[in-house]
Amino acid sequence: MIGIVSYGGYIPLRRLSRMQVVQQMAWYNPLLYMLMAGERSVANWDEDSVTMAVAASYDALHGMETKSIDAVYAASTSFPFDDRQNAAVIAQALNLQDSVRTIDVAGSLKAGVSAIVAGLDAVESDSARKVLVVAGERRYTRSASTLELLYGDGAAALVLGREHVIAEFLGSCAYHEDFIDHYRGAEKRFDYQWEERFIRDEGFGRIIPEAIKTYCEKYHTDIAEFAAVIYPCPFAREHATIAKKIKSAGAHTNLHEGVGDTGAAHPLVMLVHALDTAKPGDKIMVVGFGQGCEVVAFQVTDAIAHIKRPKGVTLGMARKKDIPYAKYLKFRDLIDADISIRAEAMPNTSLTALWRHRKMIHGFTGYRCKACGTPQFPPYPICVNPACNKSGTMEDYAFADKLGTVLMYTGDMLAASVDPPAIYGLVEFDGGGRTLLDFTDCELENLKVGSRVAMSFRIRREDTTRGFTGYFWKAVPLIE
Amino acid sequence: MATGIKDKVAIIGMGCTKFGERWDADANALMVEAYNEAISDAGIDPKEIQAAWLATCFDEVNVGKSALSAAIALRLPNIAVTRVENFCASGTEAFRAAVYAVASGAYDIVLALGCEKLKDIGYGGLPEFSQAIGILNSLWFPNITAPGCFAMLAGGYCAKYGLKMEDVKRAMAHISVKSHANGALNPKAHLQRPVTEEQVLQSPMIAYPLGLFDCCGVSDGAACAIVCSIDVAKALKKKDFVTVKALQISVSNGEEMAFSNWDGAHVVNTEKAAMRAYQEAGIKNPREEISLLEVHDCFSITELVTMEDLHVSERGRAVNDVMDGFFDSNGTIPCQIDGGLKCFGHPIGASGLRMVYEIYLQLHGRADKRQLKDPKIGLTHNLGGFPMMNVVSVAIVGRYKN
Repeated sequence: MIGIVSYGGYIPLRRLSRMQVVQQMAWYNPLLYMLMAGERSVANWDEDSVTMAVAASYDALHGMETKSIDAVYAASTSFPFDDRQNAAVIAQALNLQDSVRTIDVAGSLKAGVSAIVAGLDAVESDSARKVLVVAGERRYTRSASTLELLYGDGAAALVLGREHVIAEFLGSCAYHEDFIDHYRGAEKRFDYQWEERFIRDEGFGRIIPEAIKTYCEKYHTDIAEFAAVIYPCPFAREHATIAKKIKSAGAHTNLHEGVGDTGAAHPLVMLVHALDTAKPGDKIMVVGFGQGCEVVAFQVTDAIAHIKRPKGVTLGMARKKDIPYAKYLKFRDLIDADISIRAEAMPNTSLTALWRHRKMIHGFTGYRCKACGTPQFPPYPICVNPACNKSGTMEDYAFADKLGTVLMYTGDMLAASVDPPAIYGLVEFDGGGRTLLDFTDCELENLKVGSRVAMSFRIRREDTTRGFTGYFWKAVPLIE
Repeated sequence: MATGIKDKVAIIGMGCTKFGERWDADANALMVEAYNEAISDAGIDPKEIQAAWLATCFDEVNVGKSALSAAIALRLPNIAVTRVENFCASGTEAFRAAVYAVASGAYDIVLALGCEKLKDIGYGGLPEFSQAIGILNSLWFPNITAPGCFAMLAGGYCAKYGLKMEDVKRAMAHISVKSHANGALNPKAHLQRPVTEEQVLQSPMIAYPLGLFDCCGVSDGAACAIVCSIDVAKALKKKDFVTVKALQISVSNGEEMAFSNWDGAHVVNTEKAAMRAYQEAGIKNPREEISLLEVHDCFSITELVTMEDLHVSERGRAVNDVMDGFFDSNGTIPCQIDGGLKCFGHPIGASGLRMVYEIYLQLHGRADKRQLKDPKIGLTHNLGGFPMMNVVSVAIVGRYKN
């Protein structure tokens, strides 16, 4: 049996209330009135498709040995790098084996489902024992556009394999058609979208039912057998119309109300949301849409009872905080806000130093002294324990998955920051070791000495001059 | 067997510019201003100086690397001139190098000069220094500032002793009010306006819990010292001269930040440097024997915690000493009688030498309106870096054979 062995997800903390955007911008674009219900998820200023993919992957890999992960397929249309493999950054942040195959899947919103199918092929052909399929999306939208209200940010991950399968692979089919509902040309920041009526009637409303029909014919099955049918379509009425057309009572919520459409990640985000409440025996169909469709289907097994649910998407949807519209605009650089002279200095990033210390910077790997057992970060050749101070006794030690306790902290109004005050402090890790870290997703007034924190892979600095995104780990207070 | 530096080297001349936002003066002008005062004070011919050390920290925005800037500005006659840099302890490092050079017998008369020109950058606070702590650190280290890091010390201190932040904030305010009162009597001070406790407590937040008035001035300035051997001082017919009693530096090895043995409520190196300095100077009880203190009050909380690390106040009791007026100008051990970093200002490379300058003036009875009665021993303290990773210097100077 092959299929899904684990899953995870991530929805960023911030929510933009659509009503807030309507209040601010509907004078300019009255179409926004049509979309004023609910809220969309917003990535923090230090999050992008890669960091959210890492978070979703950690959620999926939690408690699992990762030595048998033989491939990482990462999907997005909003990867920070066109050339420098994003899946390789993700694999390093997850401290996966050097032998892992890394592939970026991009170019269409169906990329996430295409990555699942490709991953299943790899497992089926025994070219990989386990494949991590992860999709993350953080797209830019113009202020006051309907896309600004339709889109959301998020990520989801699946581990595919042969053992302990929680959702068995049933089948897949593909359909391609160069249907252009929207596109984003090379080096363009924003999507260019065609008329909505065309997209609804000739796009979602025709192509998705057609693809589902093709699947059912191919496998001699009936859509009524599927407890959940997952297809993206951000237009609420059209989403319901498709359910009627395909005659399914199991159309899964498009999450428009609380998240928004997370692009290439969205079928996966919806799937992991559905898995949180799925019962053994449930059949689930997943449709990716974009220049045609990619369809894949699973059947939930009894093994789902053995995994801890709910996971990151459901949890992330429940954990939220409003973001003011102006702050959102600044986070996405949609307004040309003043920066202090202090923040002007922008030296390039030493790629030699980053390469040499990639385990430390991206994997948050320090050392543990084999002689005295002291975990330590940053890694230095001589043990930091004054009672040891031995040299040449170090082994790698990962801090990324450790929890910690705040020893001291501050909110710094002087430090240049996208979201002042810059909050940072000294964190003592469970199991030993301490270091100075930036804090994120955090309010100064909610922090205290003794607060508990988890580690999160985040953007440390965006070098807009040279197009380089630098990452490191930050402390995120646990919500108690 | 090492015997320490006590009474081996005399200070025979000192100079210090007015500190402040010296829009009028570049580093060359500042160096010459301090140097001329010291030469005239020592009563020697500039050609008698055999070697010199220049302290400057932010070379990138300042006078550049090497000591060429000082050699050229002072037209030093092709003697050995060396730049030293050790964060905020740089000035004391130049002094230490000069004193050790004389003590070694290599030279008779040498110069220690510190200079910093910080106000040419266009924004408040210290120059951005994310690249200054190494290329690797710049890939991961939080984008820290000095107020941010010392603000953390306040939280750590409260947590350790179970104190309320409002009580510690009040003591911190008392420290700033005291330094402003002292600075108001010092014509060379950057800030010369007295402030009230209320003003300090209501000042805008810079880094929680430090407000604007908890932070020292960022200033331009220069200070220097001319030192020589005891024999040379006597040959120059100097009477009642001031000698160096102790010079200590202590530097973090990474333990505070990366090993779980630091409480976050004090500065390890201050205590270590001070204990070694007391031993070198033969001081048994600093609370009884020291006449005045010039400590590194970059932030009010730093001064508070330093009193405990210097073993002048008991652990957890500095708040009480401060509120009792122990360190006020009329207290038992006046601290920052010249206004301190808080009001005299903090041109980094010059600060250590500025502190020695004030003690030198006090010991010679030349401190004018802020002159203390019969001081004998003074201690200076610099803390460069951050509470969790730093360079500390402690110097003790006093009257010869005191």
